[in-house]
Amino acid sequence: MGHGPAVKLAKDNAAGYKARIGISMFIVYTLTYFGFVVINAVNPTLMEKVYFGQTLAVLYGFFLIIFAFVLAIIYNHFCTAAEARLN
Amino acid sequence: MVYTQSPLAIGLFIIFVLFVLGLSFFLARRTTSASGYYAAGGNIHWFTNGIAFAGDYLSAASFLGICGMIATAGFDGWMYSIGYLAGWMVALFLVAEPMKRLGKYTFTDALDSKFNSKSIQLMAAISTLAVSVFYLIPQMVGAGVLVQPLLGMPHWVGVCIVGVVVTIIVATAGMASTTYVQFFKGALLLICSTIVVGLVLFRGLGTEPNQGGTKEYHKFQTLSAVVADGSLQVAGYEVVAGLDSEFGKAGFVKLSQDGLESVWHLKENTDGGYSLDEALYVTENADGTKLFNGAPKEDGKFFAVGHIKEITVDGKEIAQTGAVGPLEFLNRFKESTVVLWGKKYVKVGDATTTIYYQKPTPGSRILRPGLKFKVDNASGLDKFNFISLMLALFCGTAALPHILIRYYTVPSQAAARKSTIVGIAAIGFFYILTLYLGLGAMTNGVINITDNNMSAPLLALSFGVVLFSVISSLAFATVLGTVSGLIVASAGAVAHDLMDNFLGMNMTDKGKVRAGKISAMVIGGIAIYLGIIFEGMNVSFLVGWAFAVAASANLPAILMILFWQKTTAQGVAASILVGLTSSLGLILVSPDMWVRYGLLPQDAPIAFNSPAAISIPASFIALVLVSLVTQKKGAMIEEGAEA
Repeated sequence: MGHGPAVKLAKDNAAGYKARIGISMFIVYTLTYFGFVVINAVNPTLMEKVYFGQTLAVLYGFFLIIFAFVLAIIYNHFCTAAEARLN
Repeated sequence: MVYTQSPLAIGLFIIFVLFVLGLSFFLARRTTSASGYYAAGGNIHWFTNGIAFAGDYLSAASFLGICGMIATAGFDGWMYSIGYLAGWMVALFLVAEPMKRLGKYTFTDALDSKFNSKSIQLMAAISTLAVSVFYLIPQMVGAGVLVQPLLGMPHWVGVCIVGVVVTIIVATAGMASTTYVQFFKGALLLICSTIVVGLVLFRGLGTEPNQGGTKEYHKFQTLSAVVADGSLQVAGYEVVAGLDSEFGKAGFVKLSQDGLESVWHLKENTDGGYSLDEALYVTENADGTKLFNGAPKEDGKFFAVGHIKEITVDGKEIAQTGAVGPLEFLNRFKESTVVLWGKKYVKVGDATTTIYYQKPTPGSRILRPGLKFKVDNASGLDKFNFISLMLALFCGTAALPHILIRYYTVPSQAAARKSTIVGIAAIGFFYILTLYLGLGAMTNGVINITDNNMSAPLLALSFGVVLFSVISSLAFATVLGTVSGLIVASAGAVAHDLMDNFLGMNMTDKGKVRAGKISAMVIGGIAIYLGIIFEGMNVSFLVGWAFAVAASANLPAILMILFWQKTTAQGVAASILVGLTSSLGLILVSPDMWVRYGLLPQDAPIAFNSPAAISIPASFIALVLVSLVTQKKGAMIEEGAEA
């Protein structure tokens, strides 16, 4: 039995470019996320410090959620442009 | 806790279930091919699929488990939200488009697309089944806790209802109905949760959580005690179990007044006397009967909890903030003192008493980690356990079979990418809401301290039965939808990967669909059984385990196939085997499983609960070593790495 896609897909010349961008953005987000995890594990009292009226823990948490969305939009922008240019 | 059922809640619940079933039967008429059953024909719009991603992902764990954990442990519960969302970045940046490009119906297809290897087909199918079953347990437990306040039925009835309804859904229409159910449910869940959060902010914070004046909150008493003639004396009470008793040794005393017993938390004062804070307690006798605050459950002596002790604004104590904005809510909360609840066990003879006692805690302490996870003055092992869990959450999402199969329901790689972004937006927004839902439950006197899974629906109940009914029905639909997706993924693993590909049974298209439906029924039965025996565990905690198994068994194989040209079929199979067995093995000997076996957690062979930090590297190492050893036999022949 075949293992091909459920629908026929056209050749994607932008695949390599998109993968490179994806890996770069993945590294950026992973470092940001593990920075959060390491501070929580190593120096949790730092997370109780207040900046801009909120604890660092809350600020960093909100940042991780919003940053994920912003990176996703940027990634999509570059991928869509590459698909238009290369396909 | 004793709940009163509302005809409206029951009516809405029945309408929701009938709607879901009706949609399934309607779509079933259009599902005759294997492609239609397993991948909805590959023609779902990316926006619909994105919201359906949110529907799939915002399962009982997110809506019930995370909110419940935030309500009782503050920021540590929200860490699950952050970890779950971060996992989507792995899915978007590394997995979404290649999965779409490589696969057909199942995750096994993608892994096996370049090898056509029997060992990959077998291992990937077993892994899909194991992860799906692990993920099914918390969904079924969530269903069980929902029906108790909603329909007044015991836990096992809820589990059975979900099992039967979902099996009917999956056995009729497959992925198309699952997608549309998830779309509607995901969208409605976002809307209704936003409404509840809006109402929480409008109500603000107060020291009297009387639910807008509609329900009186139990006033927890504080008594004074002195030691006279060598024994504790409390005015107006008879001391049943004093300082020298098992209760006393644990820091509590048991008193009696007018024949009603109560348990109090002891605090020694500087003058040598004691102050006693009222506690809640559940006694389980040797015959399995339980007494709540000394009386049967039906007597209603056990109270909902969750209140603020002090609110300070600009150095002055106030009783009520009035309506606040989202940031002001967190600001005021941070400057308040909130009463959390500790838990201790006291064993006297054959009876075990679980005592829940008040722990006034500064809001700023609640809004940082450390109340559930041991990170303050923690041992290396405690920190390892925490990091391991956060690693599992990060790596698990992109390895969940029921999420991965959703990439086959859209027509192109761009659609796979865009639907992931829609999913991230919807899920990220919901996870911001969970912080407010959890803290709202913590301060509005709605928590059932014996089972915190119902905190979000009970918070909705504090705003009226209509909102509660809608939210609870949605939560139930959440479980229905997620369980449907998991059962489709499992059925695909059995019928498509094992029977058709691995065993080479060469079934017709119709035969494949029939085999999938029969598999769905068997897996549904197993899920019902597991949902009943895991009653009482926090559903988000259970999902943490499912993520650890998925991340260990599947993610190393997915990533290495995409990004390492020397990957071989044997390496992939070895990676799945090592990841699956090591993660499952470590979970089965973990302290929390020891409790499920009826043993003491400190007697477990290992001292941590989250296996990911060991099993994920082990899986990667197995893949690399076996691939290097088997280079000539199965090196990748096609273009190989995508990067």
